[in-house]
Amino acid sequence: MSIIITDTTLRDGSHSVRHQFSKENIASLVSGMDKAGVSIIEVGHGDGLAGSTCNYGFTKESDTDMVQVAAQTAQNARIAVLLLPGIGTVPDLQKAWDAGARVVRIATHVTEADISHEHIEAARKMGFFTIGFLMMAHRAQPEKVLEEARKMESYGAQVVYATDSAGALLPDGVRQRVALLKEKLSIPVGFHSHNNLGLAIGNSLAAIEAGATYIDGSLGGLGAGAGNTATEMLTTVLERANIPTGIDLFGIMDTATQVLQPIISSLGVTLPKTQDAMMLGYAGVYSSFMLHARRAAERFGVDYRKIIITAGERGAVGGQEDWLYRIAREIAESK
Amino acid sequence: MEKVKVGIIGPGNIGQDLMIKISRNPFLELTCVVGIVESPGIKRARDMGVDASPDGVDYLIQHYKDDIRIVFDATSAKGHIENAKRLRPAGIFTLDLTPAALGPFCVPAVNLNDDMLKQPEVNMVTCAGQATTPMVAAINRVADVYYAETVSSLASLSAGPGTRANIDEFTQTTRTALEKIGGADCARALIILNPAEPSIFMSNTIYCRVRNKDMDAITKACDDCLRTMQSYVPGCRYKMRPILKDPEDDIVMLIVEVEGQGDYLPMYAGNLDIINAAAIRIAENKAKEILGVA
Repeated sequence: MSIIITDTTLRDGSHSVRHQFSKENIASLVSGMDKAGVSIIEVGHGDGLAGSTCNYGFTKESDTDMVQVAAQTAQNARIAVLLLPGIGTVPDLQKAWDAGARVVRIATHVTEADISHEHIEAARKMGFFTIGFLMMAHRAQPEKVLEEARKMESYGAQVVYATDSAGALLPDGVRQRVALLKEKLSIPVGFHSHNNLGLAIGNSLAAIEAGATYIDGSLGGLGAGAGNTATEMLTTVLERANIPTGIDLFGIMDTATQVLQPIISSLGVTLPKTQDAMMLGYAGVYSSFMLHARRAAERFGVDYRKIIITAGERGAVGGQEDWLYRIAREIAESK
Repeated sequence: MEKVKVGIIGPGNIGQDLMIKISRNPFLELTCVVGIVESPGIKRARDMGVDASPDGVDYLIQHYKDDIRIVFDATSAKGHIENAKRLRPAGIFTLDLTPAALGPFCVPAVNLNDDMLKQPEVNMVTCAGQATTPMVAAINRVADVYYAETVSSLASLSAGPGTRANIDEFTQTTRTALEKIGGADCARALIILNPAEPSIFMSNTIYCRVRNKDMDAITKACDDCLRTMQSYVPGCRYKMRPILKDPEDDIVMLIVEVEGQGDYLPMYAGNLDIINAAAIRIAENKAKEILGVA
C-alpha cells in the first residue's frame, strides 16, 4: 500500500496569505515540491476557482495564471484545482483544464453532494482526474457521509474525501467515517485535516489505518485556521510507519524552510517551528538534545538533521548531550 | 369586482404556493391548473374548486383559450420551451418561473413597466435575482456600480432538485440579471446551501463596488428600494443596512433577508416566496391593464 499525498500549500495555504501568492512564488514552490516527489499539487484561491471575490478576498493572480505557471513548472506532479459549486462553474473548470490543471476536487458541504453532479460529470468529460470533496464532514453521521459519497461516486468521482474543514473530528470520528466509506465504496477514499485541535497528523494516521489512501498536507501546515497536516511531518510519520509516499523527506523539509518561509515572511506570516522537534521523533532521540544539537550544528556548520539521525543510529541515551558535538565534528570532517 | 382568469401549469411546490397567493388576490381568479400526472397539487386545486387536469398545457388551451389571459408556468426550463410553443399562438401572457428565459427578465421593483406587460411572456430570473437586483439597481442609479457581487444563502430544504442539478445556470442567470437589470458593469452571483436546523431564512449579501461612494444617497436609495420590495414581498427586510465594508475602500455591503409568507411553502423558504410574490405582482399589473383600472 502506498499513500498519495496531495499538497495544498498553494490552495488551502492561500487563506493564510490572503490569497497573495505571486506567479514567482507559485513557480518556486511548485518546483521545490515537484523535485521532492509530491505527485499532486493544488493551486488557486483558498475557496477554489472563481473564489476571488469581495466575499472571500481577491487573489493577486488570476486563476488561469496560477494554474498555468504551476503546470509549466511541474515536471512530474499533476496540478490540481478546487471547485465549489455555487462559486465556480463548469466554464471556470474548462479554463483551468486549458491552463494545464489535470486533477480537480469538487467540493460541497457534506450534506449537499447533489449540487456537484454537473461539475463532476463535466470534469470527467474534460479528462480531469476527479475527486469528490465532502467538506465539514464532522457535521454528518458516518451513514450520512456515506450516502453523500455514494452520490459523488455515482456521478463519476474517482476518489471521495472526508474533509475535516473545521478541524473538529477526533481520531475515532475520522476512523468511523473513513472506514465506512472504504467498506462501501468501490473507489479510493481520502482525508483532509485541519490542525485546530492539534490532531491533524493523528487524524491523518487514523484515516490511513481505516483505509484512506489519499491524504492532504501542506508545507509547514500552512492553511486555514491552525492549518493542515504538515506535508513534511506526514512524510516523516509515514516513513516511520513504513508506508511509501514517494516524497523525499529532506527535500520536502527544505522546500518548507528555504522556499516557503522566505515567501510568507515577506507577507507577514511565520510557520510554527516544528521541524527540529519532528526530527527527534523521527530519529527516536532524547528531546533535550534539540537545543544542543542546534548549537553543535551551528558551531561546525553542518546539517542539524544529520546530527540527530546519527545520534539515533548510535543509540544515544538521555544524558549524552556531549556526543552531539562529537557527531557534528565527525560530519564536518567527512565532508 | 370583475377579475382576470388565470391558469397554472405545474402544480408542484411553486405552483401550489401560487394557488394560495392567487386566491387572495383581488384582481386574479384561478380558473385552471394543469400538470402531467395526477398529483397532490392537482388534488389541492380541485379541493379549492378549481378545474384541474393531468393533461397538461393542451387541456388548458383547449378549454380556456378565450377565458384565461395570464398563465404561470412553474414546470422546468425544458417544459416551458414546449409550453411556450402552445401558449404564444394562443396569445396568453405568460409568467415563466423556470430558468428557460425565452422572454425578458422582469424584476418588479426595477423594470415592471407598460412595455413589459406587452411582451408575450416574461421571465422571473431566479429567486436570488429577485432578491438582489433591485438593490444593485438602486445603488447603481446614485453611485455607479462597476462591480456587483451577491451571496445568497438558502435553506437546503428550500432548494429543490431542479436548482441542485443546475446550480451553474442559477448563478449565471442571476449574474446576467445583476448586469442587465441591476446595471452593474460586471457581476458575480454566489449561492450557498445551508442545511442548519431549524432552517435559515433566505439571506442575501450584496456587495457593490461604486464609483461614487456617497453613503447618504446610497442608503436613501436602498431604503426606498426596500419599501418598494416590501410592497409585494412583505417578509423582505434588512439584516444590515448599507455600510462601506472598509471605510478606505469602495465596497458597499448590505444584507437583505427574506422571510416567506408561509402560504404553501414554509416561512424560511423566502427564496421561493419572493419569486412567486414577484410573479403575482406582475400578473396583478397585467390584470389591472386588462380590466382598465389604475
